[in-house]
Amino acid sequence: MAEVTVDAKTFALDEDGFLADQNDWNEEFAKAIAKEEGIDELTEGHWNVINYMRSDYADKGAVPTIRRLKKAGGIPTKDLYALFPDGPAKKAARISGLPKPKGCV
Amino acid sequence: MSDEKIKKVSIIVAQGSLEGVYPALIMGNGARMEGMEANIFFTFFGLNALHKKMVNKLTVSTVGNSALNMAMPMLKMPITMPFPSILGMLPGVSSFASWLMKNEMEKLDIPPVDEFLEMISDAGGGLYACKLAMDMFKLEREDLIDEVEDVLTVGEFYEKAAGGPIIFT
Repeated sequence: MAEVTVDAKTFALDEDGFLADQNDWNEEFAKAIAKEEGIDELTEGHWNVINYMRSDYADKGAVPTIRRLKKAGGIPTKDLYALFPDGPAKKAARISGLPKPKGCV
Repeated sequence: MSDEKIKKVSIIVAQGSLEGVYPALIMGNGARMEGMEANIFFTFFGLNALHKKMVNKLTVSTVGNSALNMAMPMLKMPITMPFPSILGMLPGVSSFASWLMKNEMEKLDIPPVDEFLEMISDAGGGLYACKLAMDMFKLEREDLIDEVEDVLTVGEFYEKAAGGPIIFT
């Protein structure tokens, strides 16, 4: 199983490269994965998305869709694509320590 | 799985039924979700999906649609039982079948056509109308929803599509 080490803490990843255990997540992990995904610095806008995704996942047990991020989370789709270019749903989920999104929309 | 990622896709929509339009929207939006460039070109009856007055009135074809069966519009009857075309001709049946399908889609978090087009546009996907079909149907740019990026000739569409596969739905 793949793993990533951040600040001496080791995080196990699943076969898709997403965090294996959501409870392991911390902000340092998010920053490290963001860098790997080409986002050098996580801004307030990024954290807003990450925090919403994590709390929605905890509530519903499913990674929120882009539509849900807009309708329930109040995150405009344009902003989402600007914050997480080239694959926002997957990137944001990976940084947030959630599993790979399963839906088609 | 091939190592080489598809970077761009262009999709042509020539049909105006609900089942004719949705696959293209799902594939176009899915392409943007994967970080690919996506263009969707609407021609012939596909233009209905971009028409302000028609965008939310698309329906499932219930006449002459041999693939339609009693299970498909979620009527919970066997899939082997064909949907009788004569039923489909009755007023309201197509709307009813469409309503059933839209309900099922909403459950899967698939947006209605107008919202879906806005979502694709916000995601940076290009929505284009075919100039020839516009001329033929006597449509003006003002008849189409604001999200339409441009009205293109076939040649201009091919220029936009350069470097990626073209899918005709």
